[in-house]
Amino acid sequence: MKADIRVALVGNPNTGKSTLFNALTGLNQKIGNFPGVTVDKKTGICQLTDGRRAEIIDLPGTYSLYPKSKDESIVFSVLAEKGSELTPDLIIIILDATNLKRNLLLYTQVADLKIPVIIALNMMDMADKANISIDIDLLSRRLGVPVVPIAARQEKGIDELKQAINHANKIALQVDSIDVRTLAPALIADIEAETQTDNPYFALQLAHQHEHLKFLTTEQSNRIEELEKKHDFHSQKAQASETIARYNYINDVLYDTVQTPQTAHEESLSNKIDHILTHRVFGFIIFIGVLLFIFQSIFAWSEYPMSLIEDGFVWAEGILRGVLPEGPLADLLIDGVVAGLSGVLVFIPQIAILFAFISILEDTGYMSRVTFMMDKIMRKVGLNGKSVVPLIGGFACAVPSIMSTRTIENWKDRMITIMVTPLVACSARLPVYTLLIALVVPNKNVWWIFNLQGLALTGMYVLSLVSAVIVAFVMKFVLKARERGYFIMELPVYRMPRWRNVIFSMYERSKTFVLQAGKVIIAVSIILWVLSSYGPGNRFEKIEQTYSQPQYTKTMTPDSLARVISTEKLENSYAGVLGHVIEPVIKPIGFDWKIGIALITSFAAREVFVGTMATIYSVEGDADKIDSVQEKMRRAKNPETGQPVFTLAVAFSLMMFYAFAMQCASTVAVVYRETKNWRWPAAQFAYMTVLAYGMAFLVYHLLR
Amino acid sequence: MTLEDLAVGQTGVVKEFTDLEMSVKLMEMGCLPGETITIARIAPLGDPIAIHVSGYQLSLRRFEASTIILQ
Repeated sequence: MKADIRVALVGNPNTGKSTLFNALTGLNQKIGNFPGVTVDKKTGICQLTDGRRAEIIDLPGTYSLYPKSKDESIVFSVLAEKGSELTPDLIIIILDATNLKRNLLLYTQVADLKIPVIIALNMMDMADKANISIDIDLLSRRLGVPVVPIAARQEKGIDELKQAINHANKIALQVDSIDVRTLAPALIADIEAETQTDNPYFALQLAHQHEHLKFLTTEQSNRIEELEKKHDFHSQKAQASETIARYNYINDVLYDTVQTPQTAHEESLSNKIDHILTHRVFGFIIFIGVLLFIFQSIFAWSEYPMSLIEDGFVWAEGILRGVLPEGPLADLLIDGVVAGLSGVLVFIPQIAILFAFISILEDTGYMSRVTFMMDKIMRKVGLNGKSVVPLIGGFACAVPSIMSTRTIENWKDRMITIMVTPLVACSARLPVYTLLIALVVPNKNVWWIFNLQGLALTGMYVLSLVSAVIVAFVMKFVLKARERGYFIMELPVYRMPRWRNVIFSMYERSKTFVLQAGKVIIAVSIILWVLSSYGPGNRFEKIEQTYSQPQYTKTMTPDSLARVISTEKLENSYAGVLGHVIEPVIKPIGFDWKIGIALITSFAAREVFVGTMATIYSVEGDADKIDSVQEKMRRAKNPETGQPVFTLAVAFSLMMFYAFAMQCASTVAVVYRETKNWRWPAAQFAYMTVLAYGMAFLVYHLLR
Repeated sequence: MTLEDLAVGQTGVVKEFTDLEMSVKLMEMGCLPGETITIARIAPLGDPIAIHVSGYQLSLRRFEASTIILQ
């Protein structure tokens, strides 16, 4: 359905822009991408009071039209491009009433583009509390645009805002703010002639930003570059004088429209909270407590829904088996597609829970304090204060953690965080570790209290964090920074979280994951299914023939016969063949071809290792029973030497391999989704594989 | 004297900047010449710092604070 009017929502960060967007559009939202860039585009439909429909585009929060991040660079390009499918008919600029001065800077820039504007003056309730009095009518007359007071959290003023959209002018009536032409008179005149515009501020912005604007042709951009040289234009100097001129204008506007008392009440309360939360001792203790709580909750709260999802799929598989005629199609559907789907959906509880917490941390303002406290440490290793949350979340699952790196504005910091997060020991590695540790580490105590097995497991977790930090430190020197790093960041006033936003964020992130990463995971699952259920030539038929002979059918129970057949089939499948093929490569790290099969089948998800081991060693009964898998593995002997396969050296070599190798299709898919370039997941896969092989080799030869 | 030299609770008025690129960002965030700045707190590890400026709280690294010259 087409909308009658297109409205762009613009504003500073922390002004309640997304709350207003949610209030205007409800569940009528869509997330896509701005054409050609990786920035999320949120659009929604707003039902106006006169029956018309407005399409609302939520533009990334920014303090100015001069971008400091990729997200921010979208704002000017959407507002300035004429006649595109995103060109707005109207701009709603949301301003924080408690901090009008800084907020008005962006307003004056946007207003000078001469698109019709409505001001939504948000946080009126907070301004009242802080005894800030604003003469709204006078402000509206001064600026020449409608000013609608709202309180987005309380959903106050939303209907009035919708009415203002109804009555919005088709032409821009705002008063000129500063005399833009005086900033660079000759250059502006030349660019106006060149691009056939009569808007001096648009021309000036082209001078500043032409390199990054997709709607300019290369010739236009080159021509503007020449004009800049001709007029000796210095972008930063011009920006500085523009900003000073704008603030002078803003001071004039605010002089008799806004009265602010000396100290605001809300801020002093926020200060008191800061005294505790950023205290040099309590601050860290509270932060560690918060992290532990999040970490625990992701594990504990997701356990039940995850087993529910798994059980649901087992039930569905059972139904499908009953309904579908036996054959390769049914197997493909059940063991390939449904199993792959289950592997995707099972992550939803963890993703939803992590994002609920992140959304609460951001909404309350605590996240920026975490960044504030951690910046110094994290900067030393090439990360950012904001990298802490993804890294800790990585202990549960790298997938939602990598999705959460979007809060990191600095490109280089974000990429390093994405690259090292999969090294952190995630929950899928746990079954592999517990199986192997129980196999080779004696269950006894040292120094009274420390259990050896527990120590080994703790060691694996500590190793993961240490390796992440070391790799980050190395990447700090490898990656080139795209922008100069800086840390000029607003510390917003503490607020209660908005539960509606929390729910939205849980829903959005889960949906994005399923739709984007899901495709890749299902494809990989199907390929792996084919590899492990088909074999070259007539090997499978031969196995069936062999075991249909009376010496087997008479002496073995049908159950154990079926197990032996599936073991034989797996060993003779393409995966088995591949296991033999890669054996020369993995022999130096102590693995035989059977372990090779497990490496191949667990390529998409680490936890599959245990199940494959169960099949390879024909474990009786439930494959989930780790004890029986372990017993079989313990008894496994090398046919050539007669020695046990799983020695201390092999088991630890395997653990090293699983600690460092990128055995997770979901992570690969999500890294692609977040970076929009196959080079990143490929580089990550390569460095992790090399590291895994090297560490396994080292450990195997040290322990042998 | 620069902003970096102030202790917690002390106040200064911005005079000028030593770094053009940084000044553009700082001015957009409301740190303008003539504006009064109070040091609100220092991060537990000594860097960054938090300041009160034009009615809100801003955090910046010590290096960035050292580019702001006070009156």
